[in-house]
Amino acid sequence: MKGLLYLLTALGVIGLAAWAYRENHLTQQAMNERRALEREIAELQLAISIQRTEWAYLNRPDRLRDLVEVNFERLRLVPVTGAHFGEIGVIAYPMPEIRTEPGETIETFGQIEQLFGTRDVTEDTP
Amino acid sequence: MIRTPLRPLAPVLKARADGQNPDLIERENRRLRAEAARDQARTRAEGRLVVLALIFVCAFVVLGARMGLLATTEPVAVSRGLPEDISSARADIVDRNGRVLATNLATHALYAETRRMVDPEGAARELARIFPDIDAARMAARFTDPNRRFIWIRTRLSPEQQQQVHDIGEPGLMFGPREMRVYPNGRMAAHVLGGARFGQQGVRAAELIGVAGTELYFDEDLRDPARQDQPLELSLDLTVQAVVTEVLEGGKQMLNARGATAVLMDVHTGEVISLVSLPDFDPNHRPPPPTEGEPADSPLFNRAVQGYYELGSVMKTLAVAQALDEGVVTPDEKIDTRGPLSWGRFRIRDFRDYGPELSVTDVMVRSSNIGTARIMQRIGAEGQQDFLRKLGLLDSMPLEVAEAARARPLLPDRWSDLSVMTISYGHGMSTSPLALASAYATMVNGGRRVTPTLLKQHSIPGGEQVISARTSEQIRLMLHQVVQEGTASFARIPGYPLGGKTGSADKPNPRGGGYMKEAVLATFASVFPSHEPRYALIVTLDEPVDTTGPEPRRTAGWTAVPVSAEITRRVAPLLGLRPTRLRDATAAFAQGH
Repeated sequence: MKGLLYLLTALGVIGLAAWAYRENHLTQQAMNERRALEREIAELQLAISIQRTEWAYLNRPDRLRDLVEVNFERLRLVPVTGAHFGEIGVIAYPMPEIRTEPGETIETFGQIEQLFGTRDVTEDTP
Repeated sequence: MIRTPLRPLAPVLKARADGQNPDLIERENRRLRAEAARDQARTRAEGRLVVLALIFVCAFVVLGARMGLLATTEPVAVSRGLPEDISSARADIVDRNGRVLATNLATHALYAETRRMVDPEGAARELARIFPDIDAARMAARFTDPNRRFIWIRTRLSPEQQQQVHDIGEPGLMFGPREMRVYPNGRMAAHVLGGARFGQQGVRAAELIGVAGTELYFDEDLRDPARQDQPLELSLDLTVQAVVTEVLEGGKQMLNARGATAVLMDVHTGEVISLVSLPDFDPNHRPPPPTEGEPADSPLFNRAVQGYYELGSVMKTLAVAQALDEGVVTPDEKIDTRGPLSWGRFRIRDFRDYGPELSVTDVMVRSSNIGTARIMQRIGAEGQQDFLRKLGLLDSMPLEVAEAARARPLLPDRWSDLSVMTISYGHGMSTSPLALASAYATMVNGGRRVTPTLLKQHSIPGGEQVISARTSEQIRLMLHQVVQEGTASFARIPGYPLGGKTGSADKPNPRGGGYMKEAVLATFASVFPSHEPRYALIVTLDEPVDTTGPEPRRTAGWTAVPVSAEITRRVAPLLGLRPTRLRDATAAFAQGH
C-alpha cells in the first residue's frame, strides 16, 4: 500500500513537472506572439495615421474649392445659400401609379362572371 | 528541570510497609511522563500546522491579489516602439465635427556618423545635389573634421528625399524616426492653432513642442502620453472657417484694407465657431517673429485676440443697454442731440446733424455720439466701470490660446466725466474683436454673461445675469432696426434678418497726438437671426477704402457691413439655420412686446 502511494506521488511529480515545462513554453510563445501583434498594431496605426493625414490633406477646403472651380462645367456646384432651403409644402405629393392593364383590376373584384353573371361574349361580336 | 524519579523512595518504602506492590507506583509515574511528552508533541505539531497554514494563506493572498490586479488594470495601449525618455507623442487637434486640424506624420531625420563614413567627400557632393541649400565643400569639411563624430543634417525628409539619400549608399548616413506636426488645412485657422517645433532631439525620437495658439496653451495636455488617443476637440467649424476666410480675404483685397479680422461666436455657449485674422500664415512653415516694423502688422499677430482697438460706435450698444437696464431711459424717450456738445475744450460732434432731439432707439439707429454721451452722463464713471467690468472688458479676455492672457485693454489713466462720454461711443478705451463678440453675445442671449471658449461645449454654461431678459429683448429690436432703417442697410440679406451696429473709428496717430482722418477702423458687430439670435459675428477691417463711388468711402456702412453680410449669407445655411421671412421676424418682435 505504501509502495503504491510512493509510486503515485512520484508519477504526480513527474506529471506536474511536464505540465509546468509545457506551460512555460506556451507562455513564451504567447509573449512572442504578443510582441509580433504589437508590432503589427503599431505599423497599422502608423498606416492609419498617415492615411488620416492624407485624407485631411486631400479634403482641405482650399483644394475642394479649386476642384469645384475646375469641374464647374460638369458639376455646377455653387455655395449653399438660404435660397436652397425648400418648404415641405412646395414638394408635390407623389402621384398614384396609374395601372393600364385591366386584368389586374378585374382580379381584385374576383371573376367577372361571378359579378355580372355569365355572359356569352360571342353575342356582341358580329 | 527537575525530573520526577520513577521510583521515589518515600512512597516505595511506604508501599512496602503497607504490603502493596511498589511497581504500581513506577508504572503510574511512567504513565504520567508519557502523557506529558505526548501533550508537548501535540502543541508543537499544532504550532507547525498554524505556521504552514499562514504560509499558504499568504501565498494565496499574493496570488489572488496579483490576479485581481491583472484583471482590473486597463489594457495598455501599444506604443509605436519608441523609447520612453524622449516622447514625440502629441495628440491630434480636431474641429467640432471631428475634421483633423493638426496631426502627426511619421517621417525621418537625417544624421551622419562620421566614423562609419566610407567616402565623406562623395557623400557631401551627393547631398548637395539632393538638397540645393547644402554647400558641398562645407559639408565635406564637417564630415572629415576629426573632432566630430555625429552631425545632424536634416530634421525631416520627404519620402523622395529619403530614397535619394538611401541611393547614395553611404553607410555613415543614417535615418532617425521622427514625428512631425502637420496642419493639413494649411493657412486655415492658423492663428488658433499656432504651430509646433521640435524640442529635445534624440536619435530615435524628438519632442514636439507647441509654440503659439492652442498648441502652446494645451501643450502639456497634448503631450500627455495617457491621452494620446483623445484628440483635442475645438469649437471651430472647419467649413465655416474656410468660408469666413474666403469672404474676408476677398473683402480685404477689394477694399484695400491693411488687415481684417472676423469672430463668429455662439451667443449661448460662447463657443468660437470661426476666428480669422488676416494677414495670416501657414503654421506648417511658421514665419519667424518680426524683428522690425510694427508687430501688429506681422502675419503672426492675432488681430481678433491680441488686437485691442478703439472700436467706435459699436460700443454704443453697451451704453444704451446699461441705461435701459438701470431704468435711466426708456427706448422712446427723447434725448437732446443738439451739437456740438462741449466739455471743457473738448467738443463732441455727430457725423451729421440729427436735429434737436432723437429717441433712444434713434440714437442707436442713427448712431448719435452726442445722444449716447448724454445718456451715459446720467450713469457716471462708477456705474460705467462696474458694467464694463461685469462684461469682462476691463481685463484681458480669456481664450484658450497662449496669446490671449498677454494682451490687455488700454484704459484711461483717470476715468473722468469726459472719459465716460467718449467711452460711451467707443473712444478712449480699447477692446478686442473677441471681447466685443462676447459682449454682444451677452447683450442678445437674454443677458447672461458669455465667456468665449475654443473648446467644444456640450451644455450651456450658466453665466452671471448682466442685463435683464427684457433689456436684452429691447436691444435685439434696436439692433434689428439699425439694419432695417439705419446705418447698416447693406446687411439686409434675404432669408436671414440681421441685427447689428456699425462702428467707424478714426485710428489714433501712431506718432502721438490726436487721430488720423484718413485711417479708419471699420467694425460691424452683428447678431443673427435678429429675433432670436444664435450667433454673433464681429467683422473689423483695418483702413478699408471703398473706391467704387465718386469719392472714397471709409465708414463701416460701406466697408465692414457688406463683407459681414456676405459672410452671414454664406455661413448661416452652413450653420443649419433655416431662412426666415423678414415679416416673421418683425412679427416675433411685435409679439415679444
